[in-house]
Amino acid sequence: MSTTEPSTHPPGPETWAEVHASAEFQQLRKRLRNFVFPMTVLFLAWYLLYVVLADYAHGFMSTKVVGNINIGLIFGLLQFVSTFVITWLYVRYANRKLDPIADKIREDIEGDAQ
Amino acid sequence: MTTLAQGVEGGNALLNISIFGLFVIVTMVVVFRASRNTKTASDYYAAGRSFSGPQNGTAIAGDYLSAASFLGIAGAIAVYGYDGFLYSIGFLVAWLVALLLVAELLRNTGKFTMGDVLAFRMRQTPVRAAAATSTLAVSFFYLLAQMAGAGGLVSLLLGIEADAGQAVVIAVVGVVMIIYVLVGGMKGTTWVQIIKAALLIAGAFAMTVWVLGRYGLNLSELLGAASERAGGNDALLNPGERYGVSGTSQLDFLSLGIALVLGTAGLPHVLMRFYTVPTAKEARRSVVWAIVLIGLFYLFTLVLGYGAAAIVGSDTISNAPGGENSAAPLLAQALGGPVLLGFIAAVAFATILAVVAGLTITASASFAHDVYANVIKKGKVDSKNTEVRVARITACVIGAVAIIGGILAKDQNVAFLVALAFAVAASANLPTILYSLFWKRFNTSGALWSIYGGLTVTVVLIIFSPAVSGTEKSMFTGVDFHWFPLQNPGLVSIPVSFFLGWLGTVLSKEHLEDKHKEMEVRALTGAGAEKATSH
Repeated sequence: MSTTEPSTHPPGPETWAEVHASAEFQQLRKRLRNFVFPMTVLFLAWYLLYVVLADYAHGFMSTKVVGNINIGLIFGLLQFVSTFVITWLYVRYANRKLDPIADKIREDIEGDAQ
Repeated sequence: MTTLAQGVEGGNALLNISIFGLFVIVTMVVVFRASRNTKTASDYYAAGRSFSGPQNGTAIAGDYLSAASFLGIAGAIAVYGYDGFLYSIGFLVAWLVALLLVAELLRNTGKFTMGDVLAFRMRQTPVRAAAATSTLAVSFFYLLAQMAGAGGLVSLLLGIEADAGQAVVIAVVGVVMIIYVLVGGMKGTTWVQIIKAALLIAGAFAMTVWVLGRYGLNLSELLGAASERAGGNDALLNPGERYGVSGTSQLDFLSLGIALVLGTAGLPHVLMRFYTVPTAKEARRSVVWAIVLIGLFYLFTLVLGYGAAAIVGSDTISNAPGGENSAAPLLAQALGGPVLLGFIAAVAFATILAVVAGLTITASASFAHDVYANVIKKGKVDSKNTEVRVARITACVIGAVAIIGGILAKDQNVAFLVALAFAVAASANLPTILYSLFWKRFNTSGALWSIYGGLTVTVVLIIFSPAVSGTEKSMFTGVDFHWFPLQNPGLVSIPVSFFLGWLGTVLSKEHLEDKHKEMEVRALTGAGAEKATSH
């Protein structure tokens, strides 16, 4: 058999609750939420600002900056830039701040189970 | 041969078919090789979870960069200019939702489908049935979009104008797709997507350099030429050409923008791809690769769209068989003659083939795993082989539906049809997934309300929208039963669905907080998550 069904028994419900209440897990949870929630608000707000401007501020977005390149195009291209930057920031954050704790907790749980 | 060559003047239908045939042969060999290791359900649905992040990321790009992206967006930019650009931005930014909120947590808590994640702590039978319903609905809209693209392409690239001839070609495409899915399962389908993504991105890159080369590698000059060709009043460069006409159309633009950004992370065939990697960390790497590849591709389409406007001309594109969707192929022909057209045509067919295969395997997995194994058989399937057999049969049925849909749904703008699929995904699936992962109070009733409520609201608003009746561009012309003013329902349906999920939850007395603790520990740490199969 090569497929592994997830083990629901070891550790039992109490152990899951214990892990959940542990300081380590709470720190992991807090770190994840402290990053992803504000970042989500930020990029959605930034994106909506772009959509609303493109939708309602035609004059402003049509202002030419260099040659035929107008503010609207620059704004649009900045959405690409911000997406790449946020991706990079998240990966760096996850590698440094989330993975080490998550790996440790997982090893503890799966070690107990065996 | 003269009748065959009428599609695009100077195009060579035989050449187009030959290049596409070569793609089919190569991918078939790959699919048959991949099928050797497809034995268990985990192999069939999730490729044994053995793909690496970069491989899966490329496959995601292959799955995501559909005919809508390639033909639809380039066409929308070529004809409407700046307003077409919004599609690419929405489609790209949407990946941040998947990266930050969904991919890793989903990978850690499920096995094959969205239903798995919901069933983790809720009552299995009703939530799985609901998840399967919305998965099938989204897949149906998306399939329709892809097959509509196929219909348009047939007339454009093969010069086959007769309905019967087009139907035959669509049927052939559908049959090839079914063989991919039946033989190769998820592993074969993934390889088809990887190959297709590489060809598509390479082809788009080559054309981009070619177009920019004609204008001294100067984007500004290209924009100037496009604008000049379109009448010289900058309409193509400024926002508002398509959606700035009235207050209603401006609201439509907003609605579309919201549906695009929130839809991706609710698309079942995207969600399922996260299960093909061994760990959450690889799921994260997949999304990073996907974001980079997809982002680059959309930058290319910007150049291609304006390039088509400058070199081919918006009017020529609008009047060509296939309309807007013909911008990229016509540009290819103008640049590189019949050979490049043949290559791009083959890539476009390959795109449709790969995306339809991905949708089919997702929809069939959802039916077999959620509905058959867990709702009908109550989790007591005699052997895993039975479940996979049901999935294969379902794949054939869906393939048949896709073929018929493709024959019926020609001539719709494929980007628009995909936008509707996104609206359903954003309304029915995303609220449910987010609540399930992040809200400990969420329960069965809330999940059912947000899925069925979101789905119903979205579909009803679409049916009574001007997209379906009441205008010249509607699906049904000549009748008018529309009362909802917007083409895209997202602006209303997404908030309503979030609200219904909340309301359904608080009205029910079911409390699942304890189970949520287990789910959260598993989601964040990967403890007890499905492992890769070792062969």
